[in-house]
Amino acid sequence: MVDSTVISKPQEVRISEVIELLKPRVMSLVIFTAFIGMIIAPTSINPILALASLIFIAIGAGGSGALNMWWDEDIDRLMKRTRNRPVPTGTVSGDDARLLGLWCSGFAIFMLALTANFLAAGILAFTIFFYVVVYTMYLKRRTAQNIVIGGAAGAFPPLIGWAVVTNGIALEPILLVLLIFLWTPPHFWALALVTKEEYSLAKVPMLTVTRGERVTRRYIFWYSLSLIPIGFMIAFSSIGGPLTLGLVIVLNIMLTLGSYQVMTRDAEDSASDGYNREKALFKLSIWYLFVMFAGLGVESMLHAFYEPYLVWPEVF
Amino acid sequence: MAISKEHELHARRKSRNIFVSLALVAFVFLVFAISIAKFQDGQLIEGFDHSYRATLLKVEE
Repeated sequence: MVDSTVISKPQEVRISEVIELLKPRVMSLVIFTAFIGMIIAPTSINPILALASLIFIAIGAGGSGALNMWWDEDIDRLMKRTRNRPVPTGTVSGDDARLLGLWCSGFAIFMLALTANFLAAGILAFTIFFYVVVYTMYLKRRTAQNIVIGGAAGAFPPLIGWAVVTNGIALEPILLVLLIFLWTPPHFWALALVTKEEYSLAKVPMLTVTRGERVTRRYIFWYSLSLIPIGFMIAFSSIGGPLTLGLVIVLNIMLTLGSYQVMTRDAEDSASDGYNREKALFKLSIWYLFVMFAGLGVESMLHAFYEPYLVWPEVF
Repeated sequence: MAISKEHELHARRKSRNIFVSLALVAFVFLVFAISIAKFQDGQLIEGFDHSYRATLLKVEE
C-alpha cells in the first residue's frame, strides 16, 4: 500500500515561501538605503523612474538573497536561526531557489539599465556578484574576515541610488558606502557572540569561532570607533548639516558606549544575563543605521528650504 | 483522508496563479509608466521605421 501522507503532501510552492526566499528584511534595508542615496543626490529624477528603479533594485537584492539560500542550504539546516527557511525545510527545492535567484537578478539588472542607466545597472550587477560569488560562495566558509569583506555587498545600495539619479559617482555616496561597510562587522559580530555555538556547529569560521570571544569583543569596539571619522566627514560634506552633525555625535556616543560595555565583559558575564548587552548592541546598531540615514534624508530636504545651509562648512 | 473537491494543493496553485497574474499586470503598467516618464523628460525618441534619422541628415544652409 502506498503511504497516503506522502502523496497528499502539497508540492506547490506558496507565494509567502517565494517571498521568504527573497529575504524581505534585507530587501527593506536595501530599498531604504538606496532611496536615501536617491534623495540626497544633487539632481532630481522623475518620481516614476525613481520608484521603478527602487523596485528593480529590490528585485535584484531579492534575487541575490534566493541565490544565497540555494548555496547555503547545508549551513542553514544546521542553524536554529535559519533552519526554518524554505530550502532547508524542503518547501522549495534548491534548484527552484537558484532559478528564481538567477531570473530575478538578470531581470533586475536589465530593467534597471533600461529605466535608469548602465552605471546603476552595472553597480547592481557587481553588488549581486559580490554578495553571491565573493561572499556566499567564497569568503563565508573560508575566512573569519567573511563579513568584513562581504559587508561591501550590503554597502553599495546608496551608491546605486545616487547613480540612478546622477549617472555618476561622487565622494558623498562613497562615504555612505564606507559607513555601512564599517558598520557591518560590529553589527554582525554582536549577533555572532549570541549565536556562537550555531556558527561553530555549522563550521562557519566566524571570528567568534576562530579567534574567540575576547578578540571579537575587541574588534567590535575598534570597528565602532572607526565609524566616528566617517560620520564627521559625512556631516561636513555637501549632504551634511547641523542635523547630521548632531546625529553623528549622539549615535556614535551611544554605539561607542555600547561596544565598550561589550568589550569589557567576558563570556561568563554574558552567559549570566543571557547576552543582554550583546543583544542590546545588535539592536542599537540597527537603529544607528536607520536613524543616520533617515536624518540624511531629512537634511537633504532642509537644504532646499533652510537658508543657514548656505554657510555650512563643506570640508569634504 | 476525506476526498474533497478543493485540495490544499489547488488552493496553493490558485493563490500563486493570482499573484503571478497581478505581478504581470503590474509589470505592464510599470513599463507603460516608465515609457510615459521618459517621453515627458524630453529624451530623444527615434524610431527605425525605414525613414531617415533626423539627426543623421545633413544640415541644409
